[in-house]
Amino acid sequence: MTSLLSRPSSWVPLLVLLLLASVPFVAEATGQTFYIAFFARIIIYAIAACALNIALGYGGLVSFGHSLFLGLGAYAVGLASFHGVGSGWVHLLLCLGACGLVALVTGAISLRTSGIAFIMITLAFAQMGYFLFVSLKNYGGDDGLSIALGSRFGPVDLSSATSVYVAAFVVLVLSIWWLARLRVAPFGMVIRGAKQNARRVSAAGIPVVRYQLLAYVMSGMLCGVAGLLLANLNAFASPSTLAWSVSGELIVIVVIGGLGSVFGPLMGALVFLGLEEVLKGFTEHWMIIFGPLIVIVALLGKRGIVGLLERFDARPTPEATTPAPVDDTATARHAISAAKGSA
Amino acid sequence: MSSTVVLAQLLNGLQYGVLLFLLAAGLTLVFGIMSFVNLAHGSLYMMGAYFAATAFQYTGSFGWAVAAAMGGSLLLGLALEFVAVSRLYRRDHLDHVLATFGLVLFFNELVRIIWGSQPVFLQVPEFLSGAIDIGGFSYPSYRIAIIVVGLAVAVGSWLLINKTKVGMLIRAGAVNPAMVAALGVNIRLLNAMLFAVGAMLAGLAGAMAGPILSVQSGMGESVLITTLVVIVIGGIGSVTGAFYAALIVGIVDTMGRVFLPFMLRQVTERSFADAAGPALASMLVYLLMAVVLAWRPQGLFPANR
Amino acid sequence: MTIRTPSLRRSSLVLAALACAGASQIAAAATIGFMAPLSGPIAVVGQDQVDGFMLAVEQLGGKLGGQPATVLKEDDQLKPEIGGQIVRKFIDKDKVDAIVGLSFSNVMMASLPRIAESGVVAIATNSGPSPLAGAGCKPNVFSTAWQNDGAAEAMGKFAQDKGVKKVYLMAPNYQAGKDMLTGFKRYFKGQIVEEVYTQVNQPDYSAELAQLQAAKPDAVFVFYPGGMGVNFIKQMAQAGLMGKLPLYSVFTVDGTTLPALRDAAVGSISGAMWDAALDTPESKKFVADFEAKYKRTPSEYAATAYDAANILNIALGKAKPGDSKALAAAVKAAGSEVKSVRGPFAFNNNNLPVQNYYAFETVKNGSSVTGKLLATPLPKQVDAYHAQCALK
Repeated sequence: MTSLLSRPSSWVPLLVLLLLASVPFVAEATGQTFYIAFFARIIIYAIAACALNIALGYGGLVSFGHSLFLGLGAYAVGLASFHGVGSGWVHLLLCLGACGLVALVTGAISLRTSGIAFIMITLAFAQMGYFLFVSLKNYGGDDGLSIALGSRFGPVDLSSATSVYVAAFVVLVLSIWWLARLRVAPFGMVIRGAKQNARRVSAAGIPVVRYQLLAYVMSGMLCGVAGLLLANLNAFASPSTLAWSVSGELIVIVVIGGLGSVFGPLMGALVFLGLEEVLKGFTEHWMIIFGPLIVIVALLGKRGIVGLLERFDARPTPEATTPAPVDDTATARHAISAAKGSA
Repeated sequence: MSSTVVLAQLLNGLQYGVLLFLLAAGLTLVFGIMSFVNLAHGSLYMMGAYFAATAFQYTGSFGWAVAAAMGGSLLLGLALEFVAVSRLYRRDHLDHVLATFGLVLFFNELVRIIWGSQPVFLQVPEFLSGAIDIGGFSYPSYRIAIIVVGLAVAVGSWLLINKTKVGMLIRAGAVNPAMVAALGVNIRLLNAMLFAVGAMLAGLAGAMAGPILSVQSGMGESVLITTLVVIVIGGIGSVTGAFYAALIVGIVDTMGRVFLPFMLRQVTERSFADAAGPALASMLVYLLMAVVLAWRPQGLFPANR
Repeated sequence: MTIRTPSLRRSSLVLAALACAGASQIAAAATIGFMAPLSGPIAVVGQDQVDGFMLAVEQLGGKLGGQPATVLKEDDQLKPEIGGQIVRKFIDKDKVDAIVGLSFSNVMMASLPRIAESGVVAIATNSGPSPLAGAGCKPNVFSTAWQNDGAAEAMGKFAQDKGVKKVYLMAPNYQAGKDMLTGFKRYFKGQIVEEVYTQVNQPDYSAELAQLQAAKPDAVFVFYPGGMGVNFIKQMAQAGLMGKLPLYSVFTVDGTTLPALRDAAVGSISGAMWDAALDTPESKKFVADFEAKYKRTPSEYAATAYDAANILNIALGKAKPGDSKALAAAVKAAGSEVKSVRGPFAFNNNNLPVQNYYAFETVKNGSSVTGKLLATPLPKQVDAYHAQCALK
């Protein structure tokens, strides 16, 4: 196996994670506590991007409606807190339950379509969620819902930016680890193969749609967890979280980072939100630079930042057993043989 | 609910539908033939409105405003096609979504830089600023004009697509683009012209909508989503489908917004109906699309493949 | 990354102020965080606020309270989540002396807990929601704008005094919309024919206008700020209803929407605590200066921000930056001292204004369209919630 140092696509993101781990300490020490909340938000969006990566990057399911799950997670906390329930476990249960159920139903309907219709129908579901929460006058409606009781998990209370940061960081690390495992697990192989050539995978006797639905549900649930953390960070749940532009931003983040890669979502969130903040510092018309940048990213291709880093990777030595990182060309065959092996 | 109210609302729905058709026609062709998802179509609509408003400011004539909108959008469409869109045809939909999403952000900001954040003034032309009496009801003549223009464009595009050689190429391209290219047709030119014409129609819609709606940054967003819903319901690539779907969506949305709260109020208590009514009405169009897609994923009137 | 002043005029102004201040005096400079919606359909309101505030600062020589002032401007895009981040940034990173603007009620309410907890002085220049006026009042949070119900109350009283019997109400479906209609109903004792809430940022009101016509009320009262107002009035004019059906409104026909409406708005009556037509020396000077600098007529949103700057000027002259409690007390006292452009002004116990609410009519003035003062239905109006506030 090639050494870690010779693969920038691995050690750069790991370094980033290490730096992120140090942020709370450095920020407290230098009195710049603002950055805890700032990076916490980036981490939360990275988690949401990880979730989307499962559906979009691995499964090739272009979901333009993931803001729905982000919002459901946020409102799970909001609604529970409104009714006086502060237990984090209840929040988490509500969040996972709601997101899982909604993802199951909407996914089942959406997966009857493909291509542009799939994009549109996922968008439609997110819009329906948006209008639903806008209509709930008792729960703030368009103005949003203040959250008085943060999620409490035993002694841990997510009511301060620092505690949310720590929780989010842990969830991010777990998500990335899960993403890495999922990628090469038989399940991951199947959906990645289906992204390449669904007919072929199906011809091998694998019920492709069921796998895709499961991927969609898992994606929705993880995204909901990001929403839960977001609500705790802002102490606020608002329908604007369900806006379609949020879904669009998540897609951009995943693609900038590197579609289908393990560290892509993290790098994408960092670059996207970081760049946004930097540009905002220069001019109030930052979107006129940001917009074309996104266009250029689209024109350049989907390897993203991780793909860029991989260019600097040393070639794997002959003893290497792990398959090449982002290249999906052999995935279909792997999927079939893996499925055959496990069938 | 008197019949005049119902009639007025039907006309409103028709007018909204016709506006949607102007937008949907170009979008569905671009999607059907080049398989290109264009989220920036709403921005072309917005630019059309701004071109119209600026032309109106300098000439005081609505006719020139509409001409400026159509001409400006046509050129803008050609420019966009050349610079960005043509490079993206071979890519998959994700790249299209990304690139056009970036374009939306760009145009929204561009408009704010050039014209500022204040809504720009665009006025209904004098001869259309009155109202027509319909059974005791005054209905704005301008909206009737929109309906007339929209129907004219619909008829015109039907004639173009079904009765001319260019139309034949377009229909063939919708079914099998590769074959059309292989037959020696300059598919690049055809694609560029198609995109530009779609942009022109969007600009026309913007100019027509400008006098009744606020011309400001971001005005394309909401109408874009509804337009996408229309082309999905109608069937990608089918202008006929876009026409019927636009009318259906326009009427369902308008009638839903008016009558749903009213009906709810008969059944549930007032405050709930007042809150849920508008929300359900907004959701109605999406529910409609979800139902259509679940039942007939290729749309109601798909281009025959 | 502390100065965000996109226009050359402003950047050179602040740079000049800072240059005069010198390095050793940076600790003595005042930093103000101004948050307003600068993009999206409501951006015109945010822009007026910023311009009104900066006009005052410029007139004071780039200083507030005798100290060079740095104004950081941030765009909250009318999104509560972004507003919350900006407020965090102002408090934790930029360590501002005061936060001004605070956008619309929903954005403000989302950030309120953080502001209250930090104790930093905050002056809202575009909102005054009822929770803030009542039990949720905070000693460090002020509003130089109004209590949300105020202008609507004035219209209610005006309509009542005029003998209007049946009124049709319309507003967008969010808290401020409801507040406006509540305020109207508090003083109008006639019959409410219908109360319609439309979607926020809804562009097309043809359906609702058809319903309005069918209901045949004596008058209609609406609240549609920004682009919504432009859409609604334009469409109402095209339906032939302007002139036929008396229109009472708040925040719908004002300096931000008149340029896009022009003749379409003639004949409508609006309630506000200020309009460019107000005939006081301070107001006339403000309008003249604003028009000279920005080439457009200011709206009440600019006026509130202008007054906020002047209040801060007085307050910062008394309290040292760094002591937010002292600054808050100074701001409260400054409310009574400031020569507001709107006439009489003072902060009530809940830190919301006690002020006049006027009724203006939009009239044609030669080739332009302006306001004309009709009456002062509610002089020195005290809001309905102040008794619930525990502050003195």
